[in-house]
Amino acid sequence: MPRISINGVAHDIDADPQMPLLWVIRDILGMTGTKFGCGVGACGACTVHIDGSATRSCMTALADVAGHEVTTIEGLSADGSHPVQQAWVAHNVPQCGYCQAGQIMQAADLMKQTPNPSEQQIIDAMSGNICRCGTYQRIRAAITAATDLHASTQSSSKAR
Amino acid sequence: MTHIINLSRRDLLKAGAGVSALVLGMHAGLREFPVAQAAEGASFEPNVYLGIDETGLVTIVAHRSEMGTGIRTGLPMVLADELEADWSRVKVLQANGDPKYGDQNTDGSRSMRQFYQTMRVAGATARQMLEDAAALTWHVDPNECHARNHAVVHTPTGRQLPFGDLVKLAAGLPVPSDDHISLHFKSPQARRYVGKPVPIVDLHDIVRGQAKYGIDTVLPGMKYASIERCPVYGGKVRSFDSKAALAVPGVEQVVEVPATPAPSGFNPLGGIAVIANSTWAAQQGRLQLKIDWDFGANAGYDTTSYRKELEATAQKAGRVVRAEGDVDGALQSAAKRVSADYFVPHYSHAPMEVPAAAARVENSKCEVWAPSQNPQGARTTVADVLSLKESDVTIHTTLLGGAFGRKSKHDFIAEAAWLAQKIGAPVKVTWTREDDIQHDYFHAICAQHIEAGLDGNGAATAWLHRTVFPPIEATFQPSVTYGTAGELQQGFMDVPYAIANVRCENGPAQNHVRIGWYRSVFNVPHAFAVCSFADELAAAAGRDPVEYLRELIGPARIIDLRAIGVDYPNYGAPLDQYPIDTARLHGVLDLAVANSGWGEALPQRHGRGVAVHRSFLTYVAVVAHVAIGNDGQIAIPRIDMAVDCGLVVNPDRVRSQFEGAAIMAISNALYSNITAKDGRIEQSNFTDYDVARTDITPETHVHIVESSAPPAGVGEPGVPPTAPAICNAIFAATGKRIRALPIDPSELKST
Repeated sequence: MPRISINGVAHDIDADPQMPLLWVIRDILGMTGTKFGCGVGACGACTVHIDGSATRSCMTALADVAGHEVTTIEGLSADGSHPVQQAWVAHNVPQCGYCQAGQIMQAADLMKQTPNPSEQQIIDAMSGNICRCGTYQRIRAAITAATDLHASTQSSSKAR
Repeated sequence: MTHIINLSRRDLLKAGAGVSALVLGMHAGLREFPVAQAAEGASFEPNVYLGIDETGLVTIVAHRSEMGTGIRTGLPMVLADELEADWSRVKVLQANGDPKYGDQNTDGSRSMRQFYQTMRVAGATARQMLEDAAALTWHVDPNECHARNHAVVHTPTGRQLPFGDLVKLAAGLPVPSDDHISLHFKSPQARRYVGKPVPIVDLHDIVRGQAKYGIDTVLPGMKYASIERCPVYGGKVRSFDSKAALAVPGVEQVVEVPATPAPSGFNPLGGIAVIANSTWAAQQGRLQLKIDWDFGANAGYDTTSYRKELEATAQKAGRVVRAEGDVDGALQSAAKRVSADYFVPHYSHAPMEVPAAAARVENSKCEVWAPSQNPQGARTTVADVLSLKESDVTIHTTLLGGAFGRKSKHDFIAEAAWLAQKIGAPVKVTWTREDDIQHDYFHAICAQHIEAGLDGNGAATAWLHRTVFPPIEATFQPSVTYGTAGELQQGFMDVPYAIANVRCENGPAQNHVRIGWYRSVFNVPHAFAVCSFADELAAAAGRDPVEYLRELIGPARIIDLRAIGVDYPNYGAPLDQYPIDTARLHGVLDLAVANSGWGEALPQRHGRGVAVHRSFLTYVAVVAHVAIGNDGQIAIPRIDMAVDCGLVVNPDRVRSQFEGAAIMAISNALYSNITAKDGRIEQSNFTDYDVARTDITPETHVHIVESSAPPAGVGEPGVPPTAPAICNAIFAATGKRIRALPIDPSELKST
């Protein structure tokens, strides 16, 4: 029985090892923050972090995450205080909101890998995430603001 | 006229003295209250409920569906403002589908238009009753008592009573009439929330993954269903073999859902449902089904040949829906004649949340949780499909993960309800993305022909426009081939140009797939053709497109289409309040042009294009700036959108709707295309049904006209003029005219 760790909690999952992580999270564990969008890795709505890296959970088999650490939107921060979540609030990014968990998880990964991304790096990192409402303008503004916030936090902690 | 009765008083009589909430029920709610019904009759006008408890918590019912427009925040803002409530002490509660709320069909960009005044009345009434209650408590003149931020203040002495303390007394007071003598509205200067940017009430839930959409519904003992539907519209199952599907681990049963013969309306298409203990197991089971289909009458549908048919029809005289002057004579005597043919394909809505619904049927009562744009309509359909009384069906409206018109069709909701009844267990139906794209209610494919005559100065003297498309009505009624007035009003017969001779004709077209309304509906193809053709006329006249457009629109005036015999519904709004006002077209055009850098020099293969259009009673002008690579690749560095939608309630949400409209229009213009062959839709997922992504996103500037005109549409009007503005910009950049969508970049290569 595969054992996986989600948001720091271990779960023994009694399911087909080929079941995509997305459906394990949603249907077996009942955590619905991670969304189904396409099932083929083409839209990014299902993005989670596996060992800290943004991954499409609809394309990741349960068997492949055994022994790895999975973080979902529910585990990104305890209280919505991750800099990306704060920037999303400050820019009023969401419209319907459905794709935003995936967008936020993708952006959080970008910020971690590339603390001060160029506009092209933001575009490259975020082009796999579809928003049908069309919040891209604000997503880009929010990421820029979040990386600035992150950078200023970093420099102030260095100064200390 | 809106009438309000104090429901809490009736509750008081019924429930004894313990009731302490002031509850105002307006209007259509009256049908549940026999006394009021006798006075009012079966009125069906907007309605809202407001509750305030003794702690001062204000509960406002959002009866319209939230699909991303912000209406779940906007309408409660209006009420809270008139109430003088502290927004931080307001809770928004989503209504079930119930006629007591009045119209809940959230489409047509009309929630604010239809319910702004209702919400004001609801808030002002409650405020005035709280003020009266304070006056009684203090034994002072009510005119000296004023609600301020969740309390009533006695102005001469500064004494205060919080709302919560006044609830009990206010609940027993007579309700003021809603006439302007009895009821006092706040002055615009005193507005606390209306006109100010207010974050949506679901913002924090969304960014933490806590917001609940229909697809997120979990019921105790719930099964998961996935349905294989006939690849051709109108087909049905001849026979099927479920043995291999039943062998898939997790699959529990396989059930045939009866087909609804075309036109299937809002009823389920039918097919074979696999019921399992997870969504994935149900999907895996589906892959093992062996089904022999009777494909039916639409198995020959081929959009390539169908397009040719539509285009041929557009060359022939059609049914005349607007006629002024002598178009044929003016064309014959014109110094120059210009004509063009335009084409827009089918689109699929593809909201990020696929159609999904969960249902439970127990003791002949059905409960459904669904992302419905029209929960009352869903209730009617479910009751019909299940042979239950409507009063035994409850529709819980969840948040909608996008909708764009898709989720005002209840087929997916009826599927869940039917299966729950059939298998005797709660069940959630989740469509795959392939299901969504291949079995949508598609945006109508449309061919158009326009001709104009110009005089020696290049001014237009004649306008002949033909449009041909399979009508939405054909999804519900057999053999309908002509558009309704509601369809033809959308950017076609309401062309606002100052041309003496105008004729608008509609040709027939047979439908072969389900046709449905898609954000901005027929304004999409019509604005594309009309706004592109205006630019073609400017080019033919050798004039600047903006200057030429100003002359085409002509003098500031009200266009009265009904006076010239046009059956013009005006989006269901009264023409005296929402006329076609060309001054407002000029207003947005000037505003967009002034902010866009129009006329300033651009590098080679860059260009600006302009379009102006009224839809859903709102006036929008767009200036697009494009840059075309030598390989034909399109970039859109900037879009300026000017908007006159009358009074603005939440400016941030107006902006966001227009930003989003720009993106959806880019999808329509550059990427999206649904084609059919042998009756089957050729696209299946976001891998081959392309939509705009962040790489094409322009810097988007939304310029809002300050206005005290009645509130008009916001969700849809930004889409129609954006695609033609982009295409006109491409013409400015390359000299290549775009007359068919989506744009083919290979035609834009530099030679």
